[in-house]
Amino acid sequence: MKKKCDKCDKPATIHLTEIVNGQKMEKHLCEDCAEAEGITIKANIPISQLLEDFVLQTVGEEEETPSTPMTCEVCGMTFSEFRDKGQLGCPNDYEAFREQLLPILARAQDGNTQHVGKAPRRAGTAQQKQMAILRLRSQLKQAITAEQYERAADLRDQIKQVEAAEPERPAE
Amino acid sequence: MTLSDLTHRTSEWLRGVGPMHDVVISSRVRLARNLAGMPFLRKCTAQQQQEIADRLRTEILSANLAEGVFHVDVAAAGPLDRALLAERHLISRQHADAKHPRGVAVSGDETFAVMINEEDHVRMQVLRSGMQMRDAFEQINAVDDRLEERVDFAYSNRYGYLTACPTNVGTGLRVSVMLHLPALRLTGELDKAVHAARDMRLAIRGLYGEGTDASGDFFQISNQITLGRAEEDIVEEFLTQIVPEILNYERKAREALLKHNSVEIDDKVFRALALLRSARRLASDEMMALLSLLRLGINLQRIDEVDLKTVNELFLIGQPAHVQKMHALRRGLEGPTAAMPPEERDEIRAEVLRQRLGGT
Ligand SMILES: [Zn+2]
Ligand SMILES: [Zn+2]
Repeated sequence: MKKKCDKCDKPATIHLTEIVNGQKMEKHLCEDCAEAEGITIKANIPISQLLEDFVLQTVGEEEETPSTPMTCEVCGMTFSEFRDKGQLGCPNDYEAFREQLLPILARAQDGNTQHVGKAPRRAGTAQQKQMAILRLRSQLKQAITAEQYERAADLRDQIKQVEAAEPERPAE
Repeated sequence: MTLSDLTHRTSEWLRGVGPMHDVVISSRVRLARNLAGMPFLRKCTAQQQQEIADRLRTEILSANLAEGVFHVDVAAAGPLDRALLAERHLISRQHADAKHPRGVAVSGDETFAVMINEEDHVRMQVLRSGMQMRDAFEQINAVDDRLEERVDFAYSNRYGYLTACPTNVGTGLRVSVMLHLPALRLTGELDKAVHAARDMRLAIRGLYGEGTDASGDFFQISNQITLGRAEEDIVEEFLTQIVPEILNYERKAREALLKHNSVEIDDKVFRALALLRSARRLASDEMMALLSLLRLGINLQRIDEVDLKTVNELFLIGQPAHVQKMHALRRGLEGPTAAMPPEERDEIRAEVLRQRLGGT
């Protein structure tokens, strides 16, 4: 869903949340109207910076409704850690933080949230297999930390098995 | 192949040939990939990072991805060698400065390189001289296919190739060109290029020396959108709309300069050459500014005693790590340990430039 600019009909590319007298105000502007309001987005700001700015703006909203800290159960990444570092912890984070990530993605990717480009030849089954291995590896890490060596050896075997399983060819 | 061999050579992509080479110095295409079933780098244990580095090194070296591919263990390389690789655009500054297990595989002619364990497990690039975006993309795409026969990359049907930063997700494709825009700066019209780039949602940034104006004639323009567009569309848009528009501004500005200020241009160009031929100390920024004028003079055919290839080459070998490395090699030192004082580097730089440009 693309929002229109508050002031004209162009698509809004700049989204701001301001707190005025304790009231949350949202602004959605196109670049021209933003510039007219004295809000300039410099073109040579690295996207990481833009992302950071945007993330910082949304933090305000999030913290008004205190909630449990968001954590990826696979790699232990928290959403606030992502916010600080700008990098995710594992492929599962895209699902774990889906709700928070979608607006950021849309902002960084011109409103797009669905891939339409190249796919690996084994894409269909690969995805499930990938997640299975990722989970097993995180369990392995925990087992090693807890010095559960038998369990660790078991998990290693399981990882090998899943890795060796030939993914089915996608139906043409 | 060793890094010392590289010091004396020009990279293939700086040859000063290829379409639109008067403005487009080089084109680059990069793909970001991560191994499936592994956390992204930030959440890898040191052991996992080493595992990834070893595995990718083996797979890349045996996959026959390009001619004469060699591998450099970046974690084991000295600071000067790492800086050298960065100056040659074979690794990023972050990759040079990081601490964890990592590497880079480079083809013999340096047009192809894969960074291992940069922000993503795999960052592969093809660099070409002039505007050769389509060729570069075809090559990187073929390399990606070949790697994918050996390893699984993290991928989801919704988000495409999964990357550590969501700004690269989807295609993982970043296309960029390095542009030389001296006339736009001289005529005070750089804003035009910057606005054009911004309107098309592109990133534009100064090159050589992060964000300083001193070397302000060189720009890198790259796409920012990696999700929701097919690779071919990203490349085609860049090739047929974006670059020609900016190129056109620069060429018009050059024409205007020649028409109205040819004496002033000649004055600047020949002064630049005279300075480069006689300076005894040359800081890196000053060198860049002077070489930029010289390059403009050559492209406007005001000067023919120096060619484009030489100037492009000097841009590279005049960079700090190159100067220092060359000096060390001449003296027969294998690995200089202490960083050279800047004044000394400036002296050596001036000497190299005088020699190459027939100065006194
Ligand atoms: Zn508007
Ligand atoms: Zn995770």
